[in-house]
Amino acid sequence: MSLIRPATGTTGGPRSVSGGRPSDPLTGPALTSAPLSRRSFGKLLVAAAGTAALTACAPRSGTPSPDAPLRVMAINHVWSQAISAYFPEFEDMIGRRVSMQMLTADQLSNSYNVKLNASATDIDVMMVRALQEQLLFARNGWMADLTDRVADTAFAWDDFQEAPRDRSITRGNVLSVPVVTERPALYYRKDLVEGLGGAPQTLDDLLAMSLELADRDNGQFGFVGRGQRAGAVSQWSSFLYSFGGDFTLDDGSSGIGTPEAVAAYEYYGRLLHEAGPPGATNMSLEQAMPIFAQGKAAFYVDADAIYSNFLDPSISTVQETVGFAPFPAGPAGSKPHNIPSWSIGVNAFSRMQDDAWAFVQWASSPEMVARLQAEGIPGARQSAWSDPETLASFPPELAETMRINAENGIGHDRPEVIQVGRARDIVGRPLVAGILGEDVGPVAADADAEFRDFLDRDNRQQEF
Amino acid sequence: MSRSTTDAPSIPDTAPAPTVSTGRSPRGLKAPRTFEQANRRLKWLMLSPALAFVGLMIVFPLIFTVNLSFTDAFGAVNADNRYIGLQNYADALTDARRFWPAAWRTVVFTVVAVTLEVVLGLALAMLMRKAFRGMRVVRTVLMIPLLATPVAIGILWLLILDPTNGIANHLLGFVGIPPQEFLGSVSQSLPTLMLIDVWQWTPMMTLLLLAGLTTLPEEPEEAARVDGATAWQRFRHIILPMLWTTLLTALVLRAVDALKTFDILYATKGAGGGSSFEVETLNVYAYGLTFDYQEYGLASAVLVLFTLFIIGVVVLLRLRSGRKSA
Repeated sequence: MSLIRPATGTTGGPRSVSGGRPSDPLTGPALTSAPLSRRSFGKLLVAAAGTAALTACAPRSGTPSPDAPLRVMAINHVWSQAISAYFPEFEDMIGRRVSMQMLTADQLSNSYNVKLNASATDIDVMMVRALQEQLLFARNGWMADLTDRVADTAFAWDDFQEAPRDRSITRGNVLSVPVVTERPALYYRKDLVEGLGGAPQTLDDLLAMSLELADRDNGQFGFVGRGQRAGAVSQWSSFLYSFGGDFTLDDGSSGIGTPEAVAAYEYYGRLLHEAGPPGATNMSLEQAMPIFAQGKAAFYVDADAIYSNFLDPSISTVQETVGFAPFPAGPAGSKPHNIPSWSIGVNAFSRMQDDAWAFVQWASSPEMVARLQAEGIPGARQSAWSDPETLASFPPELAETMRINAENGIGHDRPEVIQVGRARDIVGRPLVAGILGEDVGPVAADADAEFRDFLDRDNRQQEF
Repeated sequence: MSRSTTDAPSIPDTAPAPTVSTGRSPRGLKAPRTFEQANRRLKWLMLSPALAFVGLMIVFPLIFTVNLSFTDAFGAVNADNRYIGLQNYADALTDARRFWPAAWRTVVFTVVAVTLEVVLGLALAMLMRKAFRGMRVVRTVLMIPLLATPVAIGILWLLILDPTNGIANHLLGFVGIPPQEFLGSVSQSLPTLMLIDVWQWTPMMTLLLLAGLTTLPEEPEEAARVDGATAWQRFRHIILPMLWTTLLTALVLRAVDALKTFDILYATKGAGGGSSFEVETLNVYAYGLTFDYQEYGLASAVLVLFTLFIIGVVVLLRLRSGRKSA
């Protein structure tokens, strides 16, 4: 059977057949009139599959269309929402539309894993958590090197605070630019602590006041905070540092079995076990924050960037009574983290690297950072922090808290390894034991041994 | 029945011009002699998009996953990987901290949830077998849990069961039961999620079994009733044997689905199935290895083992079904 019928009256006429057999005087051109044998059909399928495979494997280079938008993948965050309002300015500058896709942190991370494993070119600007993903992405070659680009004096790379700036550099290469910074703040109920001498200055005071104010049987808690195994690690880090510990020691080995770390585990565990709400080990930001916002806890330690939730009368009952204080001092002093919670970089596979860099430059310029900070989004540029006008949008007590915490801040809030997810799972185990009221010592010793093995493996992976 | 083209006699190229009856083209190519033959080739062409889809979306990923399971793939699947033989399988099968507890939870979750769903589904189907006033309304209400997406259901139950702000503890307080931690508790999380699964999927079981019950002939039960059989005897010896095939099909479908449960576990307990891995099943574990740890080789091995496990369960149920039918 002929699958393609010869056109009526075309015998001997012009043919559009490329190559193949010559025309047959009886049956017309071979490709249009020959029956499709089983072998031919097989060849056709193989050819189709081969073409599809070659198309899929073909290098996706070339100049993108002027109509193609610059694609930004971002976290659904107040920064992303605020910057998108200024996109028309940038679009006028580069003559190209900007398309931003906003996802939750987990979705964003998973999207990168799926897309960049396939060397996808449909992401130009990437919003990343430098401390969570950058080392892995650098190992995979997924982020473009921006070292030469940030050297432009107009960009003023030195204007970025030292701790966030350092975390943007991997193996001597600048891979991202920080746009949002974060420190822990101590949120407290002014009305409850009034008779106790005000906000606690030390961790001992915090524990004593939390225990005193807790009335768990009647749904009133002294303290609330994150309690999930991996999710709590970042907030717990400030407790760890203030007790004199760290995730790793100077020689790179595990630091979570040290007496300081065990004391920090026991302290945080006791705080939540004795003064916290039930079910604390299932609590991340989404569960813990509403408890304080609804007036059911006296103290709450979490990121300073979420303060607006407590001032919003539609979700908060404490907008009149909430206070902000610097992180209380532990045996080693007050040592909160001060980290670049979100940064932006350029996809190494992007075909619009120049435009993507132009976006990064514009979105992290001194003017834009000042503008966004004045809207309540803490940035990473020192010039913005030195400008009193950019701090006017924050409650004065919070602005002072942020300034003090930034001065004392340590530049990481989780182990600095490739497999951050697995590291947080290991480090968080003794934390959970403490919150559940179990004996922390043996669990910390076990986790310490596991973390040592993990660090050995992770160090080998870092040879890239 | 016509002969296939491959059976056609061979005629040299110098043969006279072909006719339809010889089944030969001028250059010796075999032409279909009948409509059926032509149709047979055409059907493959028509099927080819579907075959290509299955090949690309199922066969290729399966082969790719099996291949990946023999490598030390980490970080990125397209990075340089080494073949390490069965090392990933050995690592998984000797992992007493995560793999075996996850496998055990997968079995417990499936067996308990599906058993409850079958029992409750059958009971409801028996109750709804005869027409009654308001039956349409009841059936519509029964469908509601099926219509919602599992993630939405997870968030809904997370809010209801919140130990501090949820409505469940307020309601329990009215009847003098102390507040429970539900999903916030290490020991209560898995049973709570099993009950949520039962709440969501019992209606499907009811509808499937109800469909089976309506096709059963009434005479055997009527005859048993005349002979004085009790309701339980009629159910046990008449209805249940006749319903067995439908019941087993529903059981297999639901069991396979329950084994693969992921969304509701992840939506309520997050990565790793909770702070003490209390609801981590094999699916959740494999997801964590892939997206949280980027250990693609080990994750692939776990998925291959999990697939083999599911195939084993289905084969076991089918064998049992065959024995029962015989």
